[in-house]
Amino acid sequence: MVHRLSGIALAVFLPLHFWVLGSAIEGEMSLGSSLAWTEQPLVKLGEWAIVLALAAHLGGGLRVLALEFLPWRDWQKGLAAAAAALTVAVGLALALAL
Amino acid sequence: MNIQTALWIAQRASAAVLALCVAVHLAMIIYAVQGGLTAAEILERTRGNAGWLAFYSVFVLAVTIHAPIGLRSVFAEWLGWRGRSRDVVLSLFALLIAWMGMRAALGVFA
Amino acid sequence: MKVFVKRNSGFQEFEVPRHPSQTVLDVVTYIQRSLDPTLAYRYACRVGMCGSCAMTVNGVPRWTCRTHVDRVVRNDALEVGPLKNLPVIRDLVTDMREFFDKWARARGQFAGERTKRDDFHKVKPSSSDRVQVDSNIECIGCGVCYAACDVVAWNPDYLGPAALNRAWTLVKDERDSLKTERLRAVAGDAGCHSCHTHMSCTERCPKHLSPTAGIAGLKRETAKALLKGEL
Repeated sequence: MVHRLSGIALAVFLPLHFWVLGSAIEGEMSLGSSLAWTEQPLVKLGEWAIVLALAAHLGGGLRVLALEFLPWRDWQKGLAAAAAALTVAVGLALALAL
Repeated sequence: MNIQTALWIAQRASAAVLALCVAVHLAMIIYAVQGGLTAAEILERTRGNAGWLAFYSVFVLAVTIHAPIGLRSVFAEWLGWRGRSRDVVLSLFALLIAWMGMRAALGVFA
Repeated sequence: MKVFVKRNSGFQEFEVPRHPSQTVLDVVTYIQRSLDPTLAYRYACRVGMCGSCAMTVNGVPRWTCRTHVDRVVRNDALEVGPLKNLPVIRDLVTDMREFFDKWARARGQFAGERTKRDDFHKVKPSSSDRVQVDSNIECIGCGVCYAACDVVAWNPDYLGPAALNRAWTLVKDERDSLKTERLRAVAGDAGCHSCHTHMSCTERCPKHLSPTAGIAGLKRETAKALLKGEL
């Protein structure tokens, strides 16, 4: 379920992300003002949520790939993906210090 | 030629590609953020970089395949939307993603 | 303890005495014999072999003869209902026809090639294919996995874990002759590709089978067949 909801969140977020970056075509000024907008706390929270959604979706996805392609014991696969997602999320949260 | 089997293969293949692309992308973003972020600084580093442009083109292509197929199940199961109209809308969404993604990639890396 | 039973008219409350080693089937039987004879329910062997007594207990599909009250009772109360995802005939009895119809649609019947004049087909029990088949072959068609499955609830055409699992055991059976037709029957939105690996089926199967593993196998086999141009 987390996998599905994070996927939906990402699908909604992605056009926005592309839009902001696409404004770089208009030059530094436009990208600069977009970046200034992202410094707002509410936006920062949204960014962190999106990064978390990405980590969750990636973890869930790795779990699905493991279950469908590898001859592992079932319970191990849940564990592996959970670990992967957690690592990514923690690493990012720390690194980005949002 | 079973369409759902083909979609399943495409979905899993693009997922594998994305796993790699996302890992690289996030690593790069973290690296970029360490030193602070001004528009001028970013664009200085990225403009004219053919290697990264190629990478992000692959990234955009993988997303264009992966996201609509995922949404296809969600639409069928949670909205009860099946059939031609759904598939047409998803194809349009795919084109939108591809266009916006390439626009962004070109804007930053070309 | 209080037992809330879901009937055609809604939930009905009964007061049932508790005993040691009491099962939920004991509770339902007590209600029907001593409190309300109009209650309809199914059971047969009552020893965990036939799967007829499957019902929803506190929201979870289980074999009621194998569910001890002590394990599931909460605040001295219990909730019993019919299996989910199936039409209800009356009270706790569901119509299992669609479950078995889907079994047939998934081509869940063995199709051999040899006649009684031929010699036996010798199958090595230790071959990797046979080991995979054996680990999923004990299904008795109780319907618990079907009731537990989210996709069955969301997609009315979905064949379901039991039917797909049975198709898998036949696809992997080296004596079977209908492989391509089976793969065609299970590929697609009604078939194996709609499984989202939630694994509710595997978690709830009273015989500890893994339909998820079987369905994953079908996904691999259909993909291979498509790439080889056989689908």
